[in-house]
Order: sequence, then C-alpha cells, then structure tokens
Amino acid sequence: MTPVLEARHLTRHFGAIRAVDDVSFALAPGELLALIGPNGAGKSTCFNMAMGQLAPSSGQVLLEGRDITGWPARRIWRAGVGRTFQITATYASMRVIENVQMACLSHHRRTFSLIPRAHRLYRDEAMALLETVGMGAQAERHAAILAYGDLKRLELAMALAHAPRLLLMDEPTAGMAPGERAALMELVAGIVAERGTAVLFTEHDMDVVFGHAQRIMVMNRGQIIADGTPQAIRGDARVREVYLGGGAITAGRGADG
Amino acid sequence: MGLILAQLLTGLANAGALFMVASGLSLIFGVTRIVNFAHGSFYMLGAYVGWSAMQVLPGALGFWGAILVAGVIVGLVGAAVEMLILRRVYAAPELFQLVATFGVILVVQDLALMIWGPTDLLGPRAPGLTGVVRVMGEPVPQYDLALIAITPGVALALWYLIAKTRVGILVRAATQDREMVGALGVNQSWLFTGTFFLGCALAGLGGALQLPKGGADLLMDFTILAQVFVVVVIGGMGSLPGALIASVLISVINVFGVAYLPQSTLVLTYVVMVAVLIWWPFGLLGRAEVAGELGQVGAPEEPVRPAGWPVRAGVAAALVLLATLPAWGGGFALVLATDILIFCLFAASLHFLLGQGGLVSFGHAAFYGGGAYVAALLVRHADTPMELALILAPLGAGLGALIVGWVALRASGVYFAMLTLAFAQLLWSLVYQWGDVTGGDDGIVGIWPADWASGGAAFFWLTLVLCVGGILVLRHAAHAPFGYALRASRDAPLRAEATGLDTRRIRLVAFAFAGAMAGLAGGLFTFSKGSVFPNELEIARSFDALIVVFLGGVKTLSGGWVGGGVFKSAEDLLTRFDYWRLALGLLIIAVVIAAPEGIVGTLKRLARRQGGEDR
Amino acid sequence: MPRALFPTLAAAVLASLPAAAQEGEPIKIGEINHFTRMPAFAEPYRRGIEMAVEEINEAGGVLGRPLEFVFRDDQGEPGEAIKIAEELMRREGTVMITGSILSNVGLAISSLAARREFVYLASEPLADALTWGQGNAWTFRLRPSTYMQAAMLAEAAAGTDAVTYATIAPNYAYGKDAVAAFKEVLTELKPDVEFVAEQWPPLFDIDAGAEVQALERAKPDAIYNVTFGTDLAKFVREGETRGLFEDRQVYGLLSGEPEYLEPLGAEAPEGWVVTGYPWYDFEDGAGAEFVSAYEARWDETPKNGSNVGYATALSVAAAIETAGSTESAAIREAFEGLTVAVPAGEITYREIDNQATHGAWVGTTALRDGGGVMVDWTYEDGADCLPSDERVRELRPAD
Repeated sequence: MTPVLEARHLTRHFGAIRAVDDVSFALAPGELLALIGPNGAGKSTCFNMAMGQLAPSSGQVLLEGRDITGWPARRIWRAGVGRTFQITATYASMRVIENVQMACLSHHRRTFSLIPRAHRLYRDEAMALLETVGMGAQAERHAAILAYGDLKRLELAMALAHAPRLLLMDEPTAGMAPGERAALMELVAGIVAERGTAVLFTEHDMDVVFGHAQRIMVMNRGQIIADGTPQAIRGDARVREVYLGGGAITAGRGADG
Repeated sequence: MGLILAQLLTGLANAGALFMVASGLSLIFGVTRIVNFAHGSFYMLGAYVGWSAMQVLPGALGFWGAILVAGVIVGLVGAAVEMLILRRVYAAPELFQLVATFGVILVVQDLALMIWGPTDLLGPRAPGLTGVVRVMGEPVPQYDLALIAITPGVALALWYLIAKTRVGILVRAATQDREMVGALGVNQSWLFTGTFFLGCALAGLGGALQLPKGGADLLMDFTILAQVFVVVVIGGMGSLPGALIASVLISVINVFGVAYLPQSTLVLTYVVMVAVLIWWPFGLLGRAEVAGELGQVGAPEEPVRPAGWPVRAGVAAALVLLATLPAWGGGFALVLATDILIFCLFAASLHFLLGQGGLVSFGHAAFYGGGAYVAALLVRHADTPMELALILAPLGAGLGALIVGWVALRASGVYFAMLTLAFAQLLWSLVYQWGDVTGGDDGIVGIWPADWASGGAAFFWLTLVLCVGGILVLRHAAHAPFGYALRASRDAPLRAEATGLDTRRIRLVAFAFAGAMAGLAGGLFTFSKGSVFPNELEIARSFDALIVVFLGGVKTLSGGWVGGGVFKSAEDLLTRFDYWRLALGLLIIAVVIAAPEGIVGTLKRLARRQGGEDR
Repeated sequence: MPRALFPTLAAAVLASLPAAAQEGEPIKIGEINHFTRMPAFAEPYRRGIEMAVEEINEAGGVLGRPLEFVFRDDQGEPGEAIKIAEELMRREGTVMITGSILSNVGLAISSLAARREFVYLASEPLADALTWGQGNAWTFRLRPSTYMQAAMLAEAAAGTDAVTYATIAPNYAYGKDAVAAFKEVLTELKPDVEFVAEQWPPLFDIDAGAEVQALERAKPDAIYNVTFGTDLAKFVREGETRGLFEDRQVYGLLSGEPEYLEPLGAEAPEGWVVTGYPWYDFEDGAGAEFVSAYEARWDETPKNGSNVGYATALSVAAAIETAGSTESAAIREAFEGLTVAVPAGEITYREIDNQATHGAWVGTTALRDGGGVMVDWTYEDGADCLPSDERVRELRPAD
C-alpha cells in the first residue's frame, strides 16, 4: 500500500549546520507515529519541510506517492494534510467557532466571497468539529481569552476541518496539564481509529509518546537513530545514550521547550 | 573631469545635512519603533534656533557654537515631546504614536510662525569660510568642504557612541530586541527619552548646519521630510550606515540628475527609491521585519459582530436626516456635506486595509488622487461622460493598487508602509512633472458633473448614495468571508497558510479593493470641485487619511468614517481662526492621550462600562 | 499681536441664510488666500486691502453702503479654496470673490466662478492660462501676467549683445510659462539668440550648488532666472560664491519685488535686470502717496502685495459703483473695460481678455544701506507688453 507520507533523503542546511541530514521514513494510513529526540535534533525542521513551511536543501517529500517537495503550505493542506503548531496559532480576533468556520470556508473555497455573512456559513459543520474536540460549550467565546489547552484543541478542530488523511502535530500537548495531555491524545487516537487519519507528531512528554504512539522514530543531530514500536525503542541502547546519557527513558517530564 | 569631481563634491556636501536628519529618524525608529513624522519639524526648529543664536553669538566661535546650541535645544524639545506626549501612548496600538507626531508638526508650524514671523530668514555665512577653493580649476565653496569634513566626523562619533559605549550597547540591544533590554533591568523610558534627545538633536544640527547654504523658512519641514523618508527607506529603517550610504547616493544622483536630466529630478529620485526597494524590500542595510512585529499590540480586538438594531435604527435615522439635507440645509451645507462624505469614504477605504488587514499604507493618496486624475483625464482627453468616468475611476485606481500592491506586499509592516509611500511619491512626481498630459501644477480644471447631477442637491445625493454605499460595502466586506480571511491572514499568517489561505493574494485583493474605493472617492472629488491638482496625491493627503483612521479607532468597524467626519468638521470650524494649526495639533495630541483606542474605540469602552454598571 | 482675522465661531456656525443685501448693510467681498501657507505674501496683501476698505468707507462706501472683505484661509489647497468659495457665495452672501497667489488655486476658483456665474478677480496669480488658455467671462486679473512681465525683461534683453542664454525656473507651471514667454518674445525681437541650457529645480527644493554648476557648464552670455523665495536665496548665494554671475547679465522675473529682495539683505545680487516694486524711490504722485499712507497706517514698509491688495479693493469698489448693483451679471459687465485709478496709474480691465493693464517696474538691482533695491527703473505699462489682439483671440479660445 502507498504510504501516506514518505520522506526520501531529506536534508536541510542552515549555513554550515546540517539540521536534518539524509532522513528517510514512511508513514502508513491510520498510523500514529511519534518523532522524538532531544532539543535541536531536527524534529521541527523535518516537520516544517513536510508541511511546506521550509524548503529542503535536498531530498523529496511524497504525499500518497505524489512529490510535494517545495509546495507552499496551503497547497499541501489542500492535498489533505492538516497541522497544528508548537506555539498555537489561532485567529485571536475571532470567536472560537469562527476560527473553525474560517477553516471550513477555506476548505469550501469561499474565502474571496463578498456576498454572504461569514458567521452564518458552515456553522453546523464547525460545531460538529468543536464537539469532536470537546470545545462545543466554548463555541461563542473569544479565542483570545481561551486557556492554552483549549487553544490546542481549537487548533486541532481547525486542522480537521477538511477531513485530512494526514495530521502533523508539533508538540500537541506542550504547555498542558498532565490530565489534559492524556485526554487530548486519546482524542487523537480516537480520530485515527475512527477516520483512518495518519498522524505524525513530535513530543517531549514520554508518557504521551509511549502511552499513545504506535511507532516511534528517534532523531539525534539531524538523523534518525532508531525506528520501531514503543517496546523496541524502550530497549534501544543508542536511544538511552542520547537521552540522559544512558539512563533509562523515564516516564514523566522530558526536556521541555 | 574637473567638473565631474566638483559635482561629486557638491553631492557629498549636500549629503551632510540629509544624513544628520535621516540618521536621527532612523535611530528613533530603531529603538522606539516610532515613525517620527515630526522629524522635519525638528530640522526646521534647528534652522530657526541656530539662526537666532547666530544673531547673538559673535564670530566664528559664535557661529559654530550656535550650531551646537541649536542641536542641544532641539534635542531637549524632542526629549520633552517624548516625555510629555509619546510616553503616554506607548501602550497604544503600534504606529499610533505617529498620530501624535503629526500633531506636533502642526503645533511647531504655528509656533515657528508666532516666534520668527512669516518672512524667510537668510542664513548667515560661516565666518572664514565664505570663499571658494579651486579643485582642478572648478570652484568649490569652502563651506562645502567643511560639510564634507564634518559629516564623517558626526558619523564616526555616532558609530563610536553606538559601538563602543554602554549606552550604545543598550541602543543596539533595543534595536534588536526590546523585551531583552527590559529584562536586563534597564530603565526603558530613559533609554527612549535619550534616543529622542539624540535623534532630534541630530535633526537640529542638520537644520543649523545648512543655514549658510540657505536659511530658515516655514515650508522646510515637509520639504526635508519627503527626502529623509527616501533616504531612510533606501538605507534601511534603523540602520545608521544605511542612512549614510543612502544620503550620499541620493545626493550624488540628484546632482548628476540636475546636470543631465534637469526636467525630471523628482521622478529620478523616486524611481531610484522604488528600484532599490524592489530588489531589497528592507532597504540596502535594513533588517527584515520580525513576523508579528507590527501586529496586534495591546488588548486583542473584539470579534466583529453585525450592528444591533439600535445602531441600525440610529444609522437609518441619520441617513434619512442626511438625505433630506437639501430640504433643510443651505446651499453651503450641501457643499460641506459632500466634502465630508467623500473624505469619509477615502478614510473608510484606508481603515479597511488597516483595521481588517493590518496593512498600514503611508501612500493611500496615490489611489484617491489616482482616481481623481483618472476621472479628470478621461473627461479632458476622451470626453468621457461623468457616469462612465465614475465607474472607470475606481477601476483605474484598483488596477493601480493591484500593481503597487504586487510589489509592496513583498514586504510587511513599516517597510510595506514605506513602499506604498514611495509609489505614491513616484506617482505624484510624475503627475507634477509631466505637464503635457496632466497639466502639472496647474492641474486639470473644468471637469464638472453631468447636467442631471449639476444642481447642488443632485450631486449631493449622488455623492451620498455612492459614499454611503461604498462605506456599507466596505463594512459588509468585513462581515463576509473575505473580511474574515483578511483578518485571519493578519492574526496568524502561518495558520492561515496552513489552512489553505493564500494570504498574499488575499492581501493583494484587499489592497486593490481599498484602492478602488479610494479611487471612487477621488473621482467624486474631481466632479465636486470641478478640478484636480497634484495636491490630491501629496504625502499630506495620505497622512490626513492615516491620522483620521487612527483617531477614529483602528480596532473598530466604524473608526474610518467616524474619524473622517469628526476631523473634517473640526477642520472646517478651526480653519476660520488665526493659528488654527496650533489648535488642531493640540486637539489631535489631546485625543491621542485621552483616547488611545480612538474615538469609536473609547466610546465603545465607555458604553460597555456604562452597561456593566447598569447590570 | 495676532488680530482676529476671521469671523467668530458663532457666525460661522449660524444657519445658512442667504443674506439679502439691504440698505446700510455692508457689501461683502469674499477674499480667499494662503494666509497660513504663504503668510509673508498674503499678509501685506491683506493690509493693502484693509487700508483701501477703510478709505473707501470713510468716503461713504460703495452705493452708499459700507464695503467689507471676508478673509478666509485655504491653506494653499485648491480643493479647500473651492469649498470656501462655495461657502462665501452661498452662505456669507458675498457678491464676488477675490484673492489667491498660487496659480493653481486661482485656476480652480476661476473654473468655479464660470460655473456659478460669479465674478472672480484673480488679483495676484500670474498664470497666463487664467486670462488666455482657460480664460472665461467671469474671471478678471489685476496683476501683470507671467507673459507680460517676461516680455518686459525680454525687451530689455533684446537690447544687449548677449546671444547665448541659460534659464533657470522652478519646475512647475509658472516656471514653464515664464521661460516659454521669455523665449518667445526674445526670439521674436532677436532671432539669433540661442538657449544653451534650461534648468528646472523642483519648487522650494532647489539643489543650488548643482544648478549653478550645470549653468556654469553651459557658459551662457546671460541668465534668465525665474526662481523665487527660498530657492532664489539659495541660488543667489551659491551663484555668488561660485562666481556664476561674474561678467554675465542676469534677468530676474519678480526678483525685484520686496517680498524676494528684502530677505536677501546685504546679499541681494547687484546688476540684475528685474521686475519689481521700487516703492522707496517713488517721489510724488499716487504711488508715493500710497506708500506714505501705508507706512503711517501699518508702521511697516509696503510690499508688492500691499500695492496689489490696495488696487484690488479699489477695483472692486469701482466695479460695483459702476454696476450700480450687487448682481453678479451687473458687476461682470462693469468690469469689462473698467478703468480705475490705482497707485500705479490708470488701469483698464481689457474687454478682450479681462486682463488689467496694470504694469510693472523694470530696473537694475543695487545695494543701498545694506539691502537690495532697484535703481534706474521705469514703469512699463501693461498695455504695451501684451500681444496683438489677433494673437490674444487665438490664445483665448473660450470667447
């Protein structure tokens, strides 16, 4: 079966530094894959290249077999990829539901429309998405005053607006309380199970990673040093080397940031 | 050969005063992020104060002493302006401070008139430097050589101050990252005051230093401002070496332009500016704008919502009242109302860009004046009927905006603003100097409405329908998907792109849309006045619109036209008095301090508080 | 101390009632000028008007009613001037409009005047278009036009040996008109002249050093200068410093007017042939009487604008008196061919193009008591400096 996402020999330099160095991997439909590694390992760079925010120095990104290298972010989104950001990005001047409606408007290609009032469009669709992420009760609130965890969930609702086949989540639970983290990841796992969406996410919280990921890739210094099931990764000596200089990967707090 | 060398020296000498004023502006912007519109006024003050000091202080020592005195006094005035006015509005939305500096321009103009009188003052010659030196046979004034020597001295002193002293380290740190300076435990307000002192002192020095080459007059504030903007933009906002390179570049190009393209010196300057900015949107040595730098500062904007029925009823009643104006108002009331309506549409179009798109344009007059000229040129050269001209004016302006926006939107924030200014000035200089087609300064006259609309009431109704219609369309656009997309592109461009929005195209369409609306206002203006002149394309016209948008309230839906209406009415009343500029300037400053959210924003806040107490 | 120039706020806000003129009520004239933009020019002009109005009213007024000028500031903006003109016509109840110095404002008001069939006396603006290209039946002009003054200088130039000329003029309509007229008349009088350089500095933004170098490069026999105000001061200083004016005849349009000569002080150029207003050497006659009355009234010396302002008010009074009514059509008819005695002598508003025959003084600049003056001057009657009637009809398509 064609992988949803495939990276082939992705490389990215920043000056003399190779932030990402010849990285290849593939992601199957419906798979929940975690990308972990210490700070500066190249996770976000990888992410941004996959999502079109950053052009790779060399290598290719394939989406369902199609070469999407160098595509702008909006085109990749249209091709069926949703994403959330490490630092949440939502529309602060709008209500919660309007944020999601905006994503729906974009999906239905209505952004240049001048005739109807936007707040009446796709309300049900947006509401359903908000219900999915458990934000239904806050639909009419002003996005600028939401708690951080709620913003993360709002972002997720926006990312799901066009029923993506692939979801990229950059540290989805950063800044959330432990209880919220588990809830969010269960939500994501549910979406994977229900819709068959593939998810690639980076994360620092090892509880989240080992509790929810089906597969884990470990990056260090721009390269993938391990790739396997949580059990396999837990036992990998090189991974232990990277994390805490050989100590066991303990649940709980990883390096944050 | 000798001539070319002599011309080069003239250019270098001219660069001196320009560099001092430009470096001051650049420094202030770098540290405080304030675009100081009043910088030309400080230059003018420097010239006047220097002139007065030279009358008192004798001899060569007195001459140079007077220049220093001018610098210090103007620096102190600048520091006072910062402490008394600007310090109170740092928390306001970004760029709001420029409204306060615009108020300062008006105040200084009238104060200078009161103190020094209307007559131009001829600058004294520099004692001991009145002759010429022969360079390869060509005469070069001694004072030019002195300027050529002084400028690098000032530049070096500035460089030393910034590169080698603790103060300079703070200034550099603040230019790079303002929060960090606060984190370092530095008293930010003193740093800002000090920067203003230094920046304004440089402007004052520049004004005093050019005295032997000219003098002091009441128009020099705006004259230098246009040039200084050119220099700072070409060099890069906030970059002192950039200011030096650009002032030399512009001065030298200008000298050769005078010799070889004497008809088109203005156009040449702006063509150079646009060309530089197309290749380097941030100027030669400028720093790319940090994303979000000019975004939303202060309290987040309230979500837009359709007006409630009391507001709708109120607006409807006001419109009925306005529509019946011909029945109860006099002939002049119609003329005045027509003027105000046109200006309201112009302001509302800029407000749409600023409020919905976060796009600050310093050159919106290009589309207003552009629309006015499209209409006038069509009538003059193609005998176009008024109705068609009024359709083509917005189309032409919108098309122009599409072209300008296509280039200018490569940059963002204040660089975008400066690019729009550059294009507006380019258009202005073209219209001004291409007299065969545009009539140049003599404008195009005799462009009157069609017969059916020529009565005072008929044309008023036409204006009412088109302007109110335009304002309603702009307002509706804010509620339509397009308005949402525009705000989305402003609030979180990364998110917008990552959810399929083409933010650049959205901004471009918004820019063209606002340009078209401004063009409609311009077309109406032409027919209401029967004529059009390059004044409608001037910087001052762009500033007018910008000021009223900020005064009305950026983060509201009605700020544009409300600000426009209030400002035009106040101007109509105040200009009947002596020293009205002083009064208007103080009024603007008072509004800035008392109502940093603008008139509508403050009224809304008061209404909310009132409502809260009632409950 | 600033005096209240403009009507009170209350009067301005009052509902607009067309003030029907009644016996004893003042006859109002609307005067629009650039009081804030160009105070150095507009204020002496206003004082000239005020003095004339005082004299007229002491002598019994016009049609037995007092004359009153309503002064309004247009900031030098044509659009603003149009608005004010509408207000003066529709609300203030003024019977005609005067004013403006800038040509573009004058042209804008002129166009409105024709549209509203309201008389406009363009007292100071110089554009030839006002009476010719864009001329209309409702606009009259008092001051000698650009063409007339340029022709005066061209006549003086034609009498010299100079063959190559360089010109320097501000790069806008007035400057272009002034150069074109000078060239036209001089070439007609002396076909072998050659124009070797034309410099066009932007108005009030001259790069004097560069302009002087460019003129010097052309090595002309003579120079024709149209720059004024701060541009002139900078040009003169750079030119003197760099020796541009040595052994060259310079012709300066308007350069002899006190408005431009006085700010130059002791650095005023010597030996330029200029048009201007040498009030200091008037010995007798109406001109001298006006000067001493003006000095007594205002405790300052008159400018050219003072003289024009005074003549403006006299012309307006004479026109209304002749018309015998304050109806626009009657005033307009009265202006056609109207002859008025003003300090410069008798002037006539020509029927053919509505241009007054007010002349200008042509002389040579010199230094006296640390200031520039005109010497060896003569008064050139405006009637002698205009093209043939046939040519005027060509130039004025509207009639």
